[in-house]
Amino acid sequence: MGINAIAHLAAGLGAGLIILGASYGIGKLAAATMEASGRQPEVAPQVRTAMIISAALIEGVTFFALVICMVLAIKS
Amino acid sequence: MIFENPITPDTLQHVAAAVADSAQKMISHEASGHGEKFNFQHLLDHVKDSRTIELPGFHIELPQLPPVHLGSFVLDLSPTKHVLFLLLCALLLILGAISASRAYRKTFVPHGFVNLIEMLVVFIRDEVVLPNMGPGGIKYMPYLLTTFFYILFMNLIGLVPYGATPTGNIMVTAGLATVAFFMIQISAIRSQGLKNYLMHLTGGVHWGLWIIMIPIEILGLFTKPFALCIRLFANMSAGHIVILSLIGLIFMFQSIAVAPVSVLFALFINMLELFVAVLQAYIFTMLTAVFMGFGVQAAHESHEGNH
Repeated sequence: MGINAIAHLAAGLGAGLIILGASYGIGKLAAATMEASGRQPEVAPQVRTAMIISAALIEGVTFFALVICMVLAIKS
Repeated sequence: MIFENPITPDTLQHVAAAVADSAQKMISHEASGHGEKFNFQHLLDHVKDSRTIELPGFHIELPQLPPVHLGSFVLDLSPTKHVLFLLLCALLLILGAISASRAYRKTFVPHGFVNLIEMLVVFIRDEVVLPNMGPGGIKYMPYLLTTFFYILFMNLIGLVPYGATPTGNIMVTAGLATVAFFMIQISAIRSQGLKNYLMHLTGGVHWGLWIIMIPIEILGLFTKPFALCIRLFANMSAGHIVILSLIGLIFMFQSIAVAPVSVLFALFINMLELFVAVLQAYIFTMLTAVFMGFGVQAAHESHEGNH
């Protein structure tokens, strides 16, 4: 297998693993938000704001790893 | 290739040639299996910086200025597509701000578009600046508002047809993050004083540990703006690459039957991109305000401790 083939394979596998980790984390976040909103509907807007901010931060870390995958995939 | 962006004349000539080449192919493509195989590089050329501006029907080749020599440092200051869009967004921002402030000459409560701007400004003041930085944060509001609206305009202008996203270029976001870094340090030094600020760099440990503590703390100063830079860059460029890849599926399969599915998905991703554009501008501004607020709150703690 040439070096480019391994790089592309690594990029694909890496993207899959990244999406596993990120969606698990953000899914737990969304579940906690819905539970809190159901329990106490009057604080739902604040909880929703905190959820959006935490989701953006987690996605920021996701994109670090995704940029590494992109660098591997572009390699030629 | 993303991180080393050598702005040398022949590299950009090569990129410009590739952009013109791929534009020609996409415009005059016949779905009959001739021409070259679909290449991911052609896709990326639509996201990267280039020397030509594409308008409906024709190209504009941007001029190449002679390189400027500063000692042994060679600067190539020729305008490229992203530079032009940076300046366009700055112009839009200045015109918008001037016309919005003019509306306040007659009345306290403006009507129309200025009302929307006021809503956003009040939102930034009440939800972002005051909770994180306290009343002393009002003097940093001009910088934070500029950051928010500039990044918002730059993100949104990439979504109109024939528009480019300057924030999809890592050098642009690195510049924004550098300014944010300087503003964070300046706000910390102004509210704490230089001596307190340097004391916080040691972390309050015994002086014997300073030799390992100070490099780690200095490194920690740099990671936060670096994260801001990468988050904005990757969010913007990844969205555009996904949209282009979905449309590129049509060219990859070379059949028209893929088109309805592909365009539908691309429409959905475009809606998501709109949301992400606004959200990322808000996140950048909010995180800058939070990091500035750390410095300001440390000043309050040390004041309380002394009394």
